[in-house]
Amino acid sequence: MEDGERLDNVNPTIHKRLPDREITADDDNDDVADKIDAREIFDLIRHINDPEHPYSLEDLNVVSHSQVEVNDEENRVKIMFTPTIPHCSMATLIGLSIRVKLIRSLPPRFKVDVKITPGSHASEEAVNKQLADKERVAAALENNHLLEVVNQCLAVS
Amino acid sequence: MRGNLENVASLTGHLDRVWHVSWNPDGKLLTSCGGDKTIRVWGTHSKSNEGQGSDWTCKAVLQDGHSRTVRRISWSPCGSLLASASFDGTTCIWSQKNAEFECITTLEGHENEVKSVCWSPSGSLLATCSRDKSVWIWEVDHEDDDYQCVGVLSVHTQDVKNVCWHPHKEVLASCSYDNTIKIFQEEDDDWCCVCTLTGHEATVWGISFDKTGTRLASCSDDNTVKIWQDCNPDGQDGGSSRKTSWKCICTLSGYHTRTIYDIDWCKHSGLLATCSGDDTIHVFQENSVGSSYKPGFSLMACVTNAHSEDINSIRWNPNGDGFLASCGDDGFVKVWKYSQC
Repeated sequence: MEDGERLDNVNPTIHKRLPDREITADDDNDDVADKIDAREIFDLIRHINDPEHPYSLEDLNVVSHSQVEVNDEENRVKIMFTPTIPHCSMATLIGLSIRVKLIRSLPPRFKVDVKITPGSHASEEAVNKQLADKERVAAALENNHLLEVVNQCLAVS
Repeated sequence: MRGNLENVASLTGHLDRVWHVSWNPDGKLLTSCGGDKTIRVWGTHSKSNEGQGSDWTCKAVLQDGHSRTVRRISWSPCGSLLASASFDGTTCIWSQKNAEFECITTLEGHENEVKSVCWSPSGSLLATCSRDKSVWIWEVDHEDDDYQCVGVLSVHTQDVKNVCWHPHKEVLASCSYDNTIKIFQEEDDDWCCVCTLTGHEATVWGISFDKTGTRLASCSDDNTVKIWQDCNPDGQDGGSSRKTSWKCICTLSGYHTRTIYDIDWCKHSGLLATCSGDDTIHVFQENSVGSSYKPGFSLMACVTNAHSEDINSIRWNPNGDGFLASCGDDGFVKVWKYSQC
């Protein structure tokens, strides 16, 4: 969002970050199958930048470890995200950024569902529907301006 | 299950997801289009019209027509023209001469992405639909290659996903992100919506008429297939065609576990093929018992992992020889042979 425009949520609450994942002996053992787990998915999305604040989605509690579901065998990933306020106009953009991050990071076999935490947004159904429509997501990502905004959210800060 | 679907060819060439497949009218050429902005034309070397040989090759790549994703393609009934709908907001008309394709016309007018295109059975009308919520009807003057818009139908309240003509009448069906299907006809020189079919609980992605045109099958993001019956196909009730009334007479649920992206009703065998975001292809057949107003359908074949990612489109060969084409996000175009066990 441009400087000077009014922010949706002027004073967001900042939450504590999760400590880094503990490295176990098995991590370096090539004989142990390393399935993709919820913590690994969370580590992919926790650092995504909020579109309007200089904080990560984890800092704002938009995403959390407990809201990531993974089933590696069935190739399913489900993310729930919680907009900071129920009328957040950035909800679709945040969901799109999460989706794009996972499309780029995960093997293509995964089916990714990104949804708003039930009851946390006024337009929950409409935003969920749009995020689930891969044709509209594909069209959005052919829009250079929008792609730039998404890439800014995904940039390492 | 009493049928078998065998993979006879897996075609690579597209550099991105493949959105749609379409056979030409004689069933000898297969075309595909996708996110790489190209249309590919596939054929076999075999002189016979067997079509099943494993010698499928890419005969042509049409790549200078569109600047964004090509979403759907449609062959004119005569087989000499191909129309392509693109996210760039235009529809291109390609003319085919001796396997050479040339873009002869570009139709403009939609405000944003064109999602689908379809030729009417006579070839004299073309329908397009768009994310701008409208369906456009174009009248074609084949002598002058002239396309005139004769109707802009803005009755859907959301993104229109697909359009499909009745097999032998000038009746058009469209389906949308607004969860409905609409039927259009010309009345007193004006195209208008004559029926709205409600029942799906999410986006309707695909629609296909049966060979008589009195039934329509639809598939949706709600993971179901619905069969609709035109309860007054001849408009006898009061003599007005406006009396057309479509009712849902069957819902197939519990088969696909994710969005069903496309459906095709074979005009020869009556078999229904569906493809889905769950990577499977299903083939259904109507049970011979049961009344025509309360039909039952049985699953004849199911291929899991038919593609390694979402399957976007499925089409029976119009020859009626049991060949089926599919395409998916994995970039593959596949040809299948259906046989009864």
